[in-house]
Amino acid sequence: MEIIVCVKRVPNLSETEIEVDRDGRSLIDDDLEYDVNEWDNFAIEAAVQLKEAHGARVTAVTIGEEDAEDVLRRALAMGADEGLHLMDTTFDGSDAWGIATALHRAIADRPHDLVLAGAISSDEARGHVGGMLAAMLDIPMVALATDLSVDGATATVRHEVEGGLERVTRVDLPALVTVQTGLNEPRYVSIRGIRKVSGMEIPVKTAADLGLDASTVGARAARVKLEEIFLPPKGEGAEMLDGDEESVVAALVDRLQREGGL
Amino acid sequence: MKRIIVVVERVNGELNETAFELLTAARGFEDAAASAALMGESVSDAASELTRWFENVHVYDDPSLAQPDGDYQSRVLKPLIEREKPFAVLIPHTNTGMELAPMLAVRADAPLIADAISIEAVGQEIRSVRTVYSGKVQARVSADPTENGAIVSVRPGAFAVPEAPPEAGGSVHAESIPEDVAPRRQFVETVTPDPSAVDISQAEVLVAVGRGIEDEENLELVHALAEAMGAEVACTRPVVDKKWLEKSRQVGTSGVTVKPRVYLALGISGSFQHLGGIKGDPFIAAINTDSAAPIFGVADVGIVGNILELVPLLEEKIRARG
Ligand SMILES: Cc1cc2nc3c(=O)[nH]c(=O)nc-3n(C[C@H](O)[C@H](O)[C@H](O)COP(=O)(O)OP(=O)(O)OC[C@H]3O[C@@H](n4cnc5c(N)ncnc54)[C@H](O)[C@@H]3O)c2cc1C
Ligand SMILES: Nc1ncnc2c1ncn2[C@@H]1O[C@H](COP(=O)(O)O)[C@@H](O)[C@H]1O
Repeated sequence: MEIIVCVKRVPNLSETEIEVDRDGRSLIDDDLEYDVNEWDNFAIEAAVQLKEAHGARVTAVTIGEEDAEDVLRRALAMGADEGLHLMDTTFDGSDAWGIATALHRAIADRPHDLVLAGAISSDEARGHVGGMLAAMLDIPMVALATDLSVDGATATVRHEVEGGLERVTRVDLPALVTVQTGLNEPRYVSIRGIRKVSGMEIPVKTAADLGLDASTVGARAARVKLEEIFLPPKGEGAEMLDGDEESVVAALVDRLQREGGL
Repeated sequence: MKRIIVVVERVNGELNETAFELLTAARGFEDAAASAALMGESVSDAASELTRWFENVHVYDDPSLAQPDGDYQSRVLKPLIEREKPFAVLIPHTNTGMELAPMLAVRADAPLIADAISIEAVGQEIRSVRTVYSGKVQARVSADPTENGAIVSVRPGAFAVPEAPPEAGGSVHAESIPEDVAPRRQFVETVTPDPSAVDISQAEVLVAVGRGIEDEENLELVHALAEAMGAEVACTRPVVDKKWLEKSRQVGTSGVTVKPRVYLALGISGSFQHLGGIKGDPFIAAINTDSAAPIFGVADVGIVGNILELVPLLEEKIRARG
């Protein structure tokens, strides 16, 4: 079985002060820390577990700058067999369509029984690259898997539907499945584990290698243009309780009591 | 005139609220005519209800459409888009919508704006605001409709349901499934939730905990606080993913919907998927180390601080009231 996993390197913003850069379209990234997209980490683990159970070749693919290689190394350390790095300034500013187009070109000509993507990327938060890629490959897809098994040429997927419910769906391979968090418990990646795979060659492909150029990928070709990004206006929302610990907690107790919370 | 098609979703056999929210979005376009596209099995009642809201209702009524399958739906709808050539197709940004919208966009060769919280047409362009970077940043995006229009997946809850149906007196158009189109997925079963699981949906006071709790052991602090308050413990998805609390305590679009009087959010960033499970406009208090956490945008009162320090203190003060 040939498994392809799409992985993305994203900034981890949960506790970082962020500022919009002067171009109005990106964040100042001096102090940002990056990691593999949370959903993609579950996808890699799912692929590696299928490999361990049935035997498979797992290829992790990413589109991104030089540093994006980190997420491929991480995937290799978890048990992926190969990495594929699509890197070219021509890809800069691609929308979901552009990303899916490049992934499609990279995947279409190689064997792919199962393609895995994250349900969503935490930075761009679209949840659309997987579905677009499936349509371009003309293979069926199932979104938001919380359980995944393969038997011969059929995948059985438990996945989230509306109303907090889950369904079980069967689909013949080749197929694309997007992965929801909680599908498994991704294994820990140690620095030693990364070091072990540091010698592995990761092939790089450019836009031209994939037969693509600025008319199909990148900012100019984007069908959805990013005009600007901005921080939500400050001061809207909660009344902030200030002071030392004792007094803020006392004030909170007071408010909770008044609202019937105690 | 701008033709807008709203893809209607049914949940457990009922028309989903998003159908009417998206109608509001459609009517925001100047000089718009709103049609609905309805897919399912035995949906004639739903179709006639929709004629009160939409001028045209395109109905695909077939046993093969009984289960939501975005992959199949995208191939069913493609000819409709090519025939009607709408200015925009609005699809709810729900679980099935996340399958349908991207596949339909590619098949119909139309641009796709994801998870929009606002929509407007400026000339021939569609503009939307959406949230990025874990909800901490907003983005303004635009798309030029192609011949087949543009697709916008719209965040549930972003638009209000009209107070009353506009009594559109719409007409039903029975549509047929294209000949060469068949499902490629096989429905096996719906997973029945565990009936013995705790039910937090009726709780009046909830102490909800997120990833900010950092470690499983620290949950003791939260349980102790909830006990002192006479509250139930709730949580976000990552806490369930780590198996620290049961799934039945997860609040959100893929968890439980709650409607408490008071909601205390501890170490929760405030993603829309989490907030989507909180109804009834409760009093929300939040504690978070990050002053820019989106939760403070929706909370009534907030404290910037460390829950590991503040929660024990809070419990102590509550118990001390006697
Ligand atoms: C289709 C779909 C459905 C989803 N459904 C749900 C759902 O039903 N429910 C749900 O919750 N999520 C759901 N999610 C996930 C959601 O997108 C978020 O990832 C999740 O809600 C984040 O949980 P969190 O706030 O606990 O974690 P984070 O976003 O990581 O936030 C943790 C917060 O804790 C703060 N913090 C850290 N340490 C401390 C400390 N010591 N003291 C105080 N604060 C601290 C941080 O500043 C941060 O704001 C869904 C996602 C998708 C794609
Ligand atoms: N630059 C990228 N490189 C590789 N995979 C990506 C990239 N961007 C998005 N993806 C995949 O598409 C999924 C959904 O992303 P999105 O549609 O941007 O929310 C991610 O979880 C990844 O699996």
